[in-house]
Amino acid sequence: MSDIIQKVKNLSIGFKSKKGEEILILKNISTKIKKGETVGIVGESGSGKSTLALAMMGYVKHGLYTIGGKCEFNSSNLLNMKSKDLEKIRGRKIAMIPQNAGQALTPNLKIGYQIDEALQLHSDLNEKEREKKISELLNKVRLPSPETIALRYPHELSGGQQQRVAVAMALAGTPDLLLLDEPTTGLDVTTQAHVLELLNFIAKDTGTSMVYVSHDLGAIAQVSDRIIVMYSGEIVLEGPSRDILKRPIHPYTHGLLKSIPKLSLAGLPESMPGSQPQPGIIQSGCSFFDRCNFSEDKCKNNSPQLEFLKELNTSVRCFNYEKLLKESQVNQNVNKIKNNSKDKEILNLSEVSISYAKQKLLDQIFNRISDDNPTVKDININIKKGETIALVGESGSGKSTILKSIAGLLRTKDGLIRFDQNRNLSSDLKERNPNDLRIIQLIFQNPDESLNPNHTVEEIIAQPLKLYFGLKGEELNKNIIDLLQKVRLGDFYMSRYPRQLSGGEKQRVAVARAFAAKPDIILCDEVTSALDVSVQAAVLNLLQQLKEDFGTTYIFVSHDLAVVRAISDRVAVLYQGRLCEVGPSNDVYKFPSHPYTEVLLGAVLEPDPDIKPKLVAEDIVEEKPPEKGCSFQGRCSRIVGDICKKEIPPWQLTDGGNAIRCHIPIKELQKEQF
Amino acid sequence: MLFLIIKRILLGFITLFIVSLITFVGTEILPGDACTTYLERQAFGEQLEACYRRLGLNVPAYERYVSWAVNAIQGDFGYSLSGEMPIKEVLGPRIKNSLVLASAAIFIGIPIALILGIVTALWRDKLPDVAISTVTIFAMTIPEFISATLLILIIAIWLEWLPGIVIVPTDVSFFELLPNIILPVIAIAMIMTAHMARMVRSSVIQVMASEYVQMAILKGVPYWKMVFKHVLPNALLPAINVVALTIAWLLGGVVVTEVVFNYPGLGRLVIESISNRDLPTVQALAIILASIYVSINLLADLMTLMLNPRLKTLQIRK
Repeated sequence: MSDIIQKVKNLSIGFKSKKGEEILILKNISTKIKKGETVGIVGESGSGKSTLALAMMGYVKHGLYTIGGKCEFNSSNLLNMKSKDLEKIRGRKIAMIPQNAGQALTPNLKIGYQIDEALQLHSDLNEKEREKKISELLNKVRLPSPETIALRYPHELSGGQQQRVAVAMALAGTPDLLLLDEPTTGLDVTTQAHVLELLNFIAKDTGTSMVYVSHDLGAIAQVSDRIIVMYSGEIVLEGPSRDILKRPIHPYTHGLLKSIPKLSLAGLPESMPGSQPQPGIIQSGCSFFDRCNFSEDKCKNNSPQLEFLKELNTSVRCFNYEKLLKESQVNQNVNKIKNNSKDKEILNLSEVSISYAKQKLLDQIFNRISDDNPTVKDININIKKGETIALVGESGSGKSTILKSIAGLLRTKDGLIRFDQNRNLSSDLKERNPNDLRIIQLIFQNPDESLNPNHTVEEIIAQPLKLYFGLKGEELNKNIIDLLQKVRLGDFYMSRYPRQLSGGEKQRVAVARAFAAKPDIILCDEVTSALDVSVQAAVLNLLQQLKEDFGTTYIFVSHDLAVVRAISDRVAVLYQGRLCEVGPSNDVYKFPSHPYTEVLLGAVLEPDPDIKPKLVAEDIVEEKPPEKGCSFQGRCSRIVGDICKKEIPPWQLTDGGNAIRCHIPIKELQKEQF
Repeated sequence: MLFLIIKRILLGFITLFIVSLITFVGTEILPGDACTTYLERQAFGEQLEACYRRLGLNVPAYERYVSWAVNAIQGDFGYSLSGEMPIKEVLGPRIKNSLVLASAAIFIGIPIALILGIVTALWRDKLPDVAISTVTIFAMTIPEFISATLLILIIAIWLEWLPGIVIVPTDVSFFELLPNIILPVIAIAMIMTAHMARMVRSSVIQVMASEYVQMAILKGVPYWKMVFKHVLPNALLPAINVVALTIAWLLGGVVVTEVVFNYPGLGRLVIESISNRDLPTVQALAIILASIYVSINLLADLMTLMLNPRLKTLQIRK
């Protein structure tokens, strides 16, 4: 039994509701972690995956308590251990790598000190040796010039660097078990791929066991040997990683894999109906019953037990897993999107530059912006009526900045934004007339923040109707119900407040609000990135349906290339506020492409253990665009010479109608691309 | 950094300039002037003329403002009508008295407030927290004139331990003043400490719930080390500004307390000058109180800037 490092036995954790009822977050969980193994725990938000990971360190959050069961580490139960003894295990035997390193590093302490603290607590090294060790650790996580980095404060590092520091801190105690709580969520695609690669390397190099918690099957697929799928506080499926991703025998995992958009497949994936039950809602049968495509009558009243299938080395909580066993693989059906774009041009951006530079006094007087190297520069895009154009790039690529300018939240420095060929929209909000404001609507990333918590759904949707069309009484009511039906919400939602809705429902309300203005253009700013995977597909499908019904034009900003692939007709790739590549999405996702597009495509994580990310460029963060030459020169692996540093590259056209801005001739460009 | 300090100091001067203009213009606009207001029914003939001459009121307003401002910068605020002497001399001992009262309250109140705030936060929802928080709520909500009167009744009248009111000459020496200020200090410190303790408590609780404190626990950092290294420096930073405002409030004269205890500080001077219609003194007090607020807030901002690594580097980069 010595190869088992952590044993969770019948663990239940929960809280007392205001009425005094016991509400379970984790329901009777049992599992084992072996030495040297990497286990992925996957589930939607609220499935209890983080609570489980923290319990493995003997930590239960304020407000929660252990109801039953134990977490054994080297045969001693962490959940009833004295804090003195826990201090000796935490950081030394079991270490945690947190979700958001930016929040998890103490702001007033230098990086070096925070690593040193772990060394002081968990090693016998003297000061000199510790200093050396800090450098070693920072080197190991591939941070540049460790000596100077150790003297910095957390806020002086980029997100990826902070995450690396957190890894170094966790490694300081040479733990036997590493717990990772969504360690790459919130990082850029390329950074995420690099951090995962580092974690894989560390797992191999040190032989540490890892528990990797994430909602992202793509990330889990890259690191884990075994996968535990959680749903509503229970383990529903547990088994070898490859089997689970290739032949999931639980309907939830099956549906989840079907609803994730893939790079290789254009079109919208099928969505899974419904949402995870809230904790505390007691159901008699299977917790997945409402959303299941394979359910039978007995599922409604009997809850299935976790059953171990010896021949597959897999545990599953489903009566009907045999039905799924017969399906050899997940066949993803996608609804190919129809390209509705007309020839008519609806929005034209020509030579648009946007600057965040603070206006000097003189510029304020003359009402001008002077900035030689603006954040966004030379943007030329023609947007046709009815099309979906996606702007993609990492954070800092200027994609949201361009959206803000189109919406009028930010004035442009130079250039013209024209609507319908003649209406000038280069001005900011204050100078636009109500109709100019109506034709462009925004849907934001996080519906929690974009919906007023003190307004009911009715009031939220009524606002644009009253403002733009002066609707009142019966007519207003009819319109609201109409809109709610369009986004597939019943009229009983009218009296609800945003906090009474799930994430997907909130985003539907936000969509309804945008459509209430009968806009010509809707700007979608990362509209699905705050949503769970199973909900994401549903929202994407809804957006596509509404677009086809109303003939709306979408400008879709996202960092997720697979989502962009699924929904957009055309893609514009941005780096440091400069366009790199614009073209029909089919063509952008095929080679040849701009070296930066290649980097982005290579870094996408697919929920398939056979597709590994390809890391082409370093994940350096550039603070400012270069003054001269190509915007991507700082990170490009294919620089041809001085020309890249001096001259802005020319636009080149591919056969598919794709425009690429690079000094390398198209034919050459394709040669080395994978 | 230096540029920022200079900028802030300049802004402070501009604020003071505007305050002085407002008070000057205000007194100009009011019907009558310093002499007619002060002399009331005797404001005619020879007496009024003499007053005008003494205050220099017979020159145009802007000239008077300039000469007043120039003198004020040098510390000469003119002549007090009710005190029958230069305002400078009236102010001197009052400022000293207020300083004594304020510093006593600060030295006793702030450490207690910090300790209470931290204790209540660390033992959140446990007995120490419930007990202390209940007391602080009472201390905060009972108006100072009631608590001050009760203090006089119990300690001065029933127990006869300390003098109830301060009956000393304005310019008494520090040590003679000391026994007299114990009760006023208690009355002030009670409110101030309660306010600050609650502020510190919520700040510490907020930091305790942060991800970096959870991380420190999961790193195996012992409890008290975590409190002193990871929690307090971050929790007390926002407290600096509250402390500064409290100090400014104390120095600016705690009017009610000073009146109840008959304490010869700035606060009582404000009341006295207003009821005596001594406009030049009111003007001088307005400027002095404004400068106290401006300079203490400036100090607090600079301190936050020095202690918060995030702000410091941001400023340097700019």
